[in-house]
Amino acid sequence: MKFWKFVALAASVSFVHQAAPAAADDGPTLKAVKERGHVICGVNPARYGFAAADSKGKWQGLDVDFCRAVAAAVFGDAEKVKFAPLSAVQRFPALQSGEVDMLSRTTTITLTRDAALGFNFTQPTFYTGTGFMVWKDSKVTKVTELDGASICVLPGSTTEKNIAALFKAKGMKYTPVVIENPKELVGSYMARRCDVLSMDQAGLPGHKKFDSKSPDDHVILDGVFSKEPLAIAVRHGDDQWYDITKWAVNATFDAEEDGVNQANVDKMLESSDPNVQRLLGKSGDLGKKLGLDAKWAYNIIKQVGNYKDIYDRSFGEKSPFKLPRGLNALWKDGGLIYGYPIK
Amino acid sequence: MQPERRTYAFAVTECMAALEASRKSDTSILNSLAFRGVVYQVLLASGVILLGWYLYHNAHLNLERQGIATGFDFIGERAGFSIGESLIPFDSAQSYGRALLVGILNTLYVAAFGVVLATILGVTMGIARVSSNWLISKLASGYVEACRNVPVVLHVIFWASVIRALPPPREALNPFDGVFITNRGVIYPLPVENAIYPWMGLALLVGIAGAVLFARWAGRRRELTGRNVSTFWPGLGIILGLPLLVWLAGGAPLEWSVPALRGFNFQGGTSLTPEFVGLLVGITVYTGAFIAEIVRAGIQSVPHGQVEAARAVGLRPGLVMRLVILPQALRVIVPPTTSQYLSLTKNSSLGVLIGYPDLVNVGNTTLNQTGQALEAISIMMAVYLMISLSISIFMNFYNRLVAIRER
Repeated sequence: MKFWKFVALAASVSFVHQAAPAAADDGPTLKAVKERGHVICGVNPARYGFAAADSKGKWQGLDVDFCRAVAAAVFGDAEKVKFAPLSAVQRFPALQSGEVDMLSRTTTITLTRDAALGFNFTQPTFYTGTGFMVWKDSKVTKVTELDGASICVLPGSTTEKNIAALFKAKGMKYTPVVIENPKELVGSYMARRCDVLSMDQAGLPGHKKFDSKSPDDHVILDGVFSKEPLAIAVRHGDDQWYDITKWAVNATFDAEEDGVNQANVDKMLESSDPNVQRLLGKSGDLGKKLGLDAKWAYNIIKQVGNYKDIYDRSFGEKSPFKLPRGLNALWKDGGLIYGYPIK
Repeated sequence: MQPERRTYAFAVTECMAALEASRKSDTSILNSLAFRGVVYQVLLASGVILLGWYLYHNAHLNLERQGIATGFDFIGERAGFSIGESLIPFDSAQSYGRALLVGILNTLYVAAFGVVLATILGVTMGIARVSSNWLISKLASGYVEACRNVPVVLHVIFWASVIRALPPPREALNPFDGVFITNRGVIYPLPVENAIYPWMGLALLVGIAGAVLFARWAGRRRELTGRNVSTFWPGLGIILGLPLLVWLAGGAPLEWSVPALRGFNFQGGTSLTPEFVGLLVGITVYTGAFIAEIVRAGIQSVPHGQVEAARAVGLRPGLVMRLVILPQALRVIVPPTTSQYLSLTKNSSLGVLIGYPDLVNVGNTTLNQTGQALEAISIMMAVYLMISLSISIFMNFYNRLVAIRER
């Protein structure tokens, strides 16, 4: 598994001779994606709300919907995407080696990842922070009461570093239990090997609801303890593909702001609002500038939805979690979701 | 017709001689075996070097083009993560290099215990398999067949799950006073550190050396006089007696740190973590089955006449095994056992599955934090290579000790 990722990376950097810049308009990634006929998107193997297969085996969640959005923009068909479930350790080599075209996998933007790993990040698709879940019978209500606890955490995550910094700052001790396989990790917490399960807070309600014998036995502590802006990552060196992913994300933000959603998008084609006309390709040739057709954003909204549609399905009213939007509300409503002008 | 070991210089002189010979006779130099041999070797060597250089250079270029950081500078950087168990003090403010060292020590720790326990288990089971007692031999066969035919990954996960199914700290099993068995591991009391303890350790080493000298003296005396001196009890006396004397001389300090449940976990005493125990039991039980088969094969390779001769001179069955069969069987046993030790050490990397912080676990975290996959994996590969080569060298040395000496 890991080993093969490594072999793929080693092979790609060792044997693949430096590719000459493509002569055609399509950048190397877009060209490869079109020839292949689908986008390959690295996702989390099982994180409810972000990426998890439902009872029919269909991938659901915010992260996978952004993969679909890119597929809809490129092919006009949101289903032309294959999902590659990647562990925390596998994800970066997989993107570096070109095994996946994009990484939409609860990945926090950090300077190191952006600069030293050779990635470009879109603007955040989700804002969260490190959260803690504990057993209710431990009677813990605050993080400061966690001194001496065993904490289950994924290896190489920003969470792992956040906990170390937080506990050091508060002069508290803990024992990390670091397991790469998320199922084993959550299983260890549920078997009480750990007192605490820690990850991005938005991931915890899913494990509480679906992986425990009784969700009421667990408490997610209030407050978040770090900044975790999660975003889509693509490789350095292909600006066009970076632009496509970035503007696919923006299209969902702007559509929500302009009141265009999955249900009314066909009606909105008749709208006289110039913003909506540009977004849906009725005027201007914005799609062409990205190397896509004029209906790129229409296809995203029609087949996947605007940001609200995506959020509601994954975390909001139409999901089992009913999480309030919080930081993930539009800027107009006091959140941080702020689409760049599509013009 | 080729000499087996020839130096490069020798090959060159040989080649020159061939040139000379071809000038004298009319046969072409191309027909000379020696000349061709050298040419092929030079071609192969340069090919390998060129390929290596190309791969390195191209990898470097491509990494640079993609803007991926290269080099080993990250080793000195602040790690920023904690490690669950460590033989040396480790703090998240220390470097990645220190973190990797913690991982290496944890790997060596579990592998060392694994090698010793698997050997004890394997030898016991191997002898039991050839036992004339029907029940014992069938039980041993059952163990071997059940354990060596299941993948080692499943062994490790199985034992980890067994431990996970133990009760949590608040409902800990308490078989003896001060000992607790929980899904956080086995927690037991430990004497509080005292200045006298290092001296007791030294006395133990001196005692062991003394016992070895005594055994040698006894052996020489037996060869000279034919009289047998019992070495077991005096040896044990020397080994244990010296530290005991030191302890008494130091005022017999004894204060136990007894574990007690406080907050989330037991405080005081020390513990074997569930990840360590799960991994250790998993790889031990698996490798033990293979060693048992090797031991059985070794024992059965000793000609039956040896056993009959030993019995004929009046040796008891236990002595026949210890003095006649096992020393001869060792010649067959040691080389394949080396391979088992190597695979056990490498299998310890499965600890990553259940969260034991071994080299691969820490290496993976490092890889993911720094994003330098090639470097991190290279370090892990180099370390395993070094550990394996060390085991090989030691076992080859031991093999020479037990090999037949031609007289």
